[in-house]
Amino acid sequence: MKEKQSFEEEIKRLQKIVEELSSSKLTLGESLKKYEEGVKLAQSCSSQLSEAQRKVELLMKKDGKFSLQDFAEEDSEEEK
Amino acid sequence: MDSRRILTVSEITQDIKILLENTFQEIWVEGEVSNFRPATSGHFYFTLKDQQAVLQAAMFARANRELKFKLEDGLKIICFGKVDVYPPRGQYQLIIEKIEPKGIGAQQLAFEQLKNRLFKEGLFDPVHKKPLQLMPFRVGIVTSSAGAAVRDILQILKKGASFVNVVIRSVRVQGEQAAGEIAAAIADFNQFKDVDTIIVCRGGGSVEDLWSFNEEIVARAIYNSKIPTISAVGHQINTTLSDLVADVFVETPSAAAKIIVDKKNNLLAQLDGMRHELNFSVSGLINLLGKDLVALRGMLKSPLDRLLEKQQLLDEINERLKQNIVHYLDIACQKAKSLMEKLEALSPLAVLSRGYSLSVLEKDGLIIKDASRLKAGDKVKTILNKGAFVSSVEEVVENERKTVI
Repeated sequence: MKEKQSFEEEIKRLQKIVEELSSSKLTLGESLKKYEEGVKLAQSCSSQLSEAQRKVELLMKKDGKFSLQDFAEEDSEEEK
Repeated sequence: MDSRRILTVSEITQDIKILLENTFQEIWVEGEVSNFRPATSGHFYFTLKDQQAVLQAAMFARANRELKFKLEDGLKIICFGKVDVYPPRGQYQLIIEKIEPKGIGAQQLAFEQLKNRLFKEGLFDPVHKKPLQLMPFRVGIVTSSAGAAVRDILQILKKGASFVNVVIRSVRVQGEQAAGEIAAAIADFNQFKDVDTIIVCRGGGSVEDLWSFNEEIVARAIYNSKIPTISAVGHQINTTLSDLVADVFVETPSAAAKIIVDKKNNLLAQLDGMRHELNFSVSGLINLLGKDLVALRGMLKSPLDRLLEKQQLLDEINERLKQNIVHYLDIACQKAKSLMEKLEALSPLAVLSRGYSLSVLEKDGLIIKDASRLKAGDKVKTILNKGAFVSSVEEVVENERKTVI
């Protein structure tokens, strides 16, 4: 949930920076600062979407308490 | 003596009761429900009618508990039961054991009725639909962990959005317990909280197989979910109640996973576009500033630069001047040369070469052109083409020119 929130915030912030920069009401110094921030945000967002490590888990409930169990994927048959 | 057989009301009613109840023990009757009155006891009372007649009907709680659909006025039904006579009122009525809706399956009717009720209640209203996350990062799946649906979703996500984490709450997806388990699983995810999207799904099957997703309890669980839900039931268009209530519904579990992959691809394209715009804005700005800078530099020329500029101008002028002078000198030289040539032609020395000579009176150095200027004894210098000599005048002869020659 944490990553999702920061992701949405980052995208929104990036959109704002793009708008501000294209309105060209900023000084060169401000522009370059925003530009730098924008490039960093775009990079961060892209890398979040390129992350290849996912987790697949089973949600278990016992006596009203939740726990997670690794889920064994049987994906070999499709990859043959 | 009265030979007439007189019956009491009770007696005749009893006769009628026996007659009717024996004759109409197991009968099927078709008619339309009207004046439907459920009683607090749980029994149903209503009138069956057609165009010409009416028949009182009752369905006791014991029997109507089995009804899948709801009785309501106007409904055309086929009933199975028996005729019963109720002496205290002198009335006969049909006691119904079973009812089938006419022209439509009971389950289908129940579904339509429930759908109608939930619709009226606003469960399908678009205003209650929650938007999906900009990008789901942790997806909860309500389905059987052994089914094809979960396998399809996992495979598509792995290929297209491998950063998406998946949490599965395994439930039965058909049979009597299924609806309750599905509803509980949706509630569990809401309690667990650590997913940002829920996919409620199962693979294709018959209408009966998919029926759990038409149950009210499932529809309500989806409606009550605070987490956005995607419903993906079956393998073709057979809209379930879960589809109608969910925030988003797609035809198959694979399509649900594709929504997530599409979101990712759109975002990546959007990010690319924004990066482009950033570069474009900044390079435009830099270009603009560069032009300003050149203009400013022109305005800020140093005195030395100006001096150098003037010197350069001077040098150029000098150079041009020099070239002009050389040119004029050339012309002058040529002129002089031709003049000298002319002069040479006119020189008396040239005449001498042809055999003429010049004589100069020594005392005044003037060329002698007139003999009258001479006296005997004058010294005369005669210049020849080659060399000269001095002689003395012996005699002056005037007017002798022609004869001499």
